[in-house]
Amino acid sequence: MTLRDTLRDAPGAPVRQSRTTGTGRPDPEAAGTPRPPAPARPVRKDRTTGTARPDPAAVSQQDFRDALLDPARPVPKGLTTGTGAPAGRRYDVYRNNVAHSLREALEVGFPTVRALVGERNFTVIADAYLRAEPPSSPLMMHYGSGLPAFLEAFKPLEKLGYLPDCARLDLAMRQSYHAADAAPIDPAALSRHAPERLAALRLHLAPALRLVPSKWPTFSIRNHALDRDSPKPPARAETALILRPEFDSIPHIAPPGGAAFVAALAKGHPLGKATEAAGPTFDPGPTLALLLRHGAITGLEET
Amino acid sequence: MTDLTRLPAAPGVGYKPQHFTEIAADPGPVRWIEVHAENYMGDGGRPLAQLRALSERFPVSVHGVGLSIGGEGRLDPDHLARLAHLVDWLNPASFSEHLAWSTHDSHFLNDLLPLPYTAATLSRVCDHIDEVQARLSRRMLLENPSSYLAFAESTWSEPDFLAEIARRTGCGLLLDVNNVFVSATNLGFAPRDYIDAFPLDRVGEIHVGGHDADTDDAGAPLLIDSHGAPTADPVWSLLGHTLGRAGPRPVLVEWDTDVPDWPVLAAEARRAEAALALCEVAA
Repeated sequence: MTLRDTLRDAPGAPVRQSRTTGTGRPDPEAAGTPRPPAPARPVRKDRTTGTARPDPAAVSQQDFRDALLDPARPVPKGLTTGTGAPAGRRYDVYRNNVAHSLREALEVGFPTVRALVGERNFTVIADAYLRAEPPSSPLMMHYGSGLPAFLEAFKPLEKLGYLPDCARLDLAMRQSYHAADAAPIDPAALSRHAPERLAALRLHLAPALRLVPSKWPTFSIRNHALDRDSPKPPARAETALILRPEFDSIPHIAPPGGAAFVAALAKGHPLGKATEAAGPTFDPGPTLALLLRHGAITGLEET
Repeated sequence: MTDLTRLPAAPGVGYKPQHFTEIAADPGPVRWIEVHAENYMGDGGRPLAQLRALSERFPVSVHGVGLSIGGEGRLDPDHLARLAHLVDWLNPASFSEHLAWSTHDSHFLNDLLPLPYTAATLSRVCDHIDEVQARLSRRMLLENPSSYLAFAESTWSEPDFLAEIARRTGCGLLLDVNNVFVSATNLGFAPRDYIDAFPLDRVGEIHVGGHDADTDDAGAPLLIDSHGAPTADPVWSLLGHTLGRAGPRPVLVEWDTDVPDWPVLAAEARRAEAALALCEVAA
């Protein structure tokens, strides 16, 4: 539910202000808003007298939680209907809510994986994953970061070797969508630097930029999975470069050598060194143009 | 009531991103919006940009769904810090959370789970609310849950438990009348008795929303708080009863799953507006 809320776009939403109000990042921490210090918590005696409870009907949250995630466990004793009968099926409402909401979060968060394996298989995968790795934080926008590794180890999917990288691409798209805003530089700013100084220039990249390297044609597999009219994936390795001009994250295929180049820029290497990192025949022009066109360069710094 | 919330005693809706354009163009009867805190804890992008734009036009209620105030463990300090960031940035008209737990042993279960009402849980919930209110430097509202089962160990009624929490911590209450109706049906009590026992002077906000109908093992009706349907007629009637006793309050229409097109949600808000108008006439 929460993930769907977060990921669903309002098409054509005329929100342009954040760009012009621009550097006013919505992250209040980044804006340096002072926060009151956390109060010292008084230790109450009733919380420190140990876990032994006198009431035999008491249901601990450990018991409640364990049976939620394991349908084979009996419903904890001490849970009742309004008239005092054992809770029975009523407990299953919570079991269903938990599994359903987590499964739905994974469905919305991994559209490529879901399209590739189909709805029924995805449900099986999601049910196994949500029991193996329930969320570790209330931020459902981050849930599923362990799914690529889980898929790698998931025996029934052995033959779909590309699936984990497709999950990585889905995950990176989501991370990009929620990444911090940053105003891009004027594309002309780069050409204002003297050619002999360019090599020493350090480029700041947008926080929403993501690189997803793969030995599979992951970018094309995703396109074909989400849009059956798009071309069949060619037999080649593709590194996806995700850029977010404003609010919509868009994957591209990194130009030849572009992946190593962008990775070096992201590490803070200046332009000259990053170009070398991409190989002796690498021409940074097309990759730089792609970055500039999609607002992915947010600052220039002389080194 | 006025010291419990800065929301207007008027209809509000749970904000959904797909309604952004329409709500900005013509909110109809809607005078304020509510958002789930956890959806706006990313670093940037469209969600925060939309929220910023809306907050310039509407009072905003931040409604947490992940703090686990009823949890046995201590509150997650990271999550509390994220909440403090959001509240500092947005300065919302209200912050509310649930009488429920969702995290145990660092596992977040993405559901509002029930707790027994005992002396021990009372003291624990009050500690947690004290901590939240101190951290956020503001009073919060605590919402009554939907119940599907009861705890044999409970020694307090839910209205008394909530009243005592409000008395000890100074927090306000968020009265979800759909939750009251769902719990009353599921546990076999009269919903109006619950309302009449509730500390209405502590209520800073009211929720209505839709539920689904099922049955339990014995074939008895089991209502599920789905927020995926129009608010049922008996819940509107219970809202009227509540407003008649409490006077006008901010009334929120919640619709979280199978979210309808904007006109359908706006029509629900209009029903809330009519209920509020009726209670003002009666007063």
